[in-house]
Amino acid sequence: MREIRYETVVDAVAEMCKAANYELGEDVITAFRKALRAERSVTAKDVLDQLVRNAELAAELRMPTCQDTGVAVFFVELGADCRVVGGLLQDAICEGVRKGYGEGLLRASMVGHPLKRVNTGDNTPAIIHLELVEGDRLTLHMSAKGGGSENMSALRMLKPADGWEGVKAFVLDTVRKAGPNACPPLVVGVGIGGNFEKCAILAKHSLFRPIGERHPDPEIAALETELLEEINRLGIGPQGLGGDTTALDVKVELHPCHIAALPVAVNLNCHASRHRTVVL
Amino acid sequence: MGVVHIRTPLEEETVLSLRAGDRVLLSGTVYAARDAAHKRMCEMLERGEPLPIPLQGQVIYYVGPSPAAPGQVIGAAGPTTSSRMDKYTPALLALGLKGMIGKGYRADEVVQAIARHKAVYFAATGGAGALLASRIRKNEMVAFEDLGPEAIRRLEVEEFPMIVINDAYGNDYYRQVAGGAN
Repeated sequence: MREIRYETVVDAVAEMCKAANYELGEDVITAFRKALRAERSVTAKDVLDQLVRNAELAAELRMPTCQDTGVAVFFVELGADCRVVGGLLQDAICEGVRKGYGEGLLRASMVGHPLKRVNTGDNTPAIIHLELVEGDRLTLHMSAKGGGSENMSALRMLKPADGWEGVKAFVLDTVRKAGPNACPPLVVGVGIGGNFEKCAILAKHSLFRPIGERHPDPEIAALETELLEEINRLGIGPQGLGGDTTALDVKVELHPCHIAALPVAVNLNCHASRHRTVVL
Repeated sequence: MGVVHIRTPLEEETVLSLRAGDRVLLSGTVYAARDAAHKRMCEMLERGEPLPIPLQGQVIYYVGPSPAAPGQVIGAAGPTTSSRMDKYTPALLALGLKGMIGKGYRADEVVQAIARHKAVYFAATGGAGALLASRIRKNEMVAFEDLGPEAIRRLEVEEFPMIVINDAYGNDYYRQVAGGAN
């Protein structure tokens, strides 16, 4: 059984939190530049240009690209032949978030009680999804997920008879209602199937795939392409000020479901699509 | 597309000259306040207590900045979603608030109150936190320091880039765009 020290996890998580917030991924920057070339609207080009300059300035100053440095969300793949020693894995992740957000001067955006609403002061607790996998490695996928786009996300239990057309209508309706609030251009994560909670987790999980990368299953890839084209025909544009780029990408994940059900979750990500992965 | 330079406090003449869709560069003092600060201010008004900031002719920026590093004025400081402040906004407009900076839709009653009180709602680019921070020259704590990122701050901005969404005539730029006016 391979052993990974608690402190190793803490330090890796702290660095991921800082890096995700200071430096947008290459996939995001590439998508901005591609949209800049394709856009016909002057206002849209201006917004995209600001986003490119913002990313450059943030990286140079080691300042977060956005003041909403997000909820720290983790998808963790724990190999069956390794374990964390010196403390619990979830405690190590939260301690890493506390360290990374504190040292990195990232904003504390969590309240400890949803109704009493007092800030916890260190952006903990993190939200952690754990999966057990083969092997002796620990893989941590981290997202600094912004609140504005999360607020405009939606879940609906459709009827099986609604089919793909029903799913598409729900996705388009969610993006339309979100308008400028979710900070477009968006990355749209769609979970189809599973059950009430599973489809939401699928939608979140799908957002971790790099922008511009299609699903390996060609049938699902075709669904992604169809949704992306239809979303970009809505004309909402960057920041809802009109244009061709309402979404930078769409990700779809499917899962088996009950004979009576067609659950669909649409998780919106703002253009600050901040993801990092570390393998320990 | 022209850009209009304006200064705070906002004179009525300035407000009336702006139209939905105008690009604006703002200079002067703005007050940073978001959800928790608005809730507290409205509770103070209900109790008949004076507010910690002046409102007449002033501009509120819906922002909860990230902490400043040593040598920096402020951390990242882009706008947050304005609709969460809708509940509190008509009361502040009635007391003379003239401008708001945020992002996203306002409720119909807020759009109407903006027109009734001859005020204006601007959007800045959401997510451009570092770029917008570079237009902030001063940052002072004013009230509710215990709220952390939600405290009220007095900011001095210079040529802060924005676009007019709701003008004093009841126009809404987001709706104009959605209606194909762009």
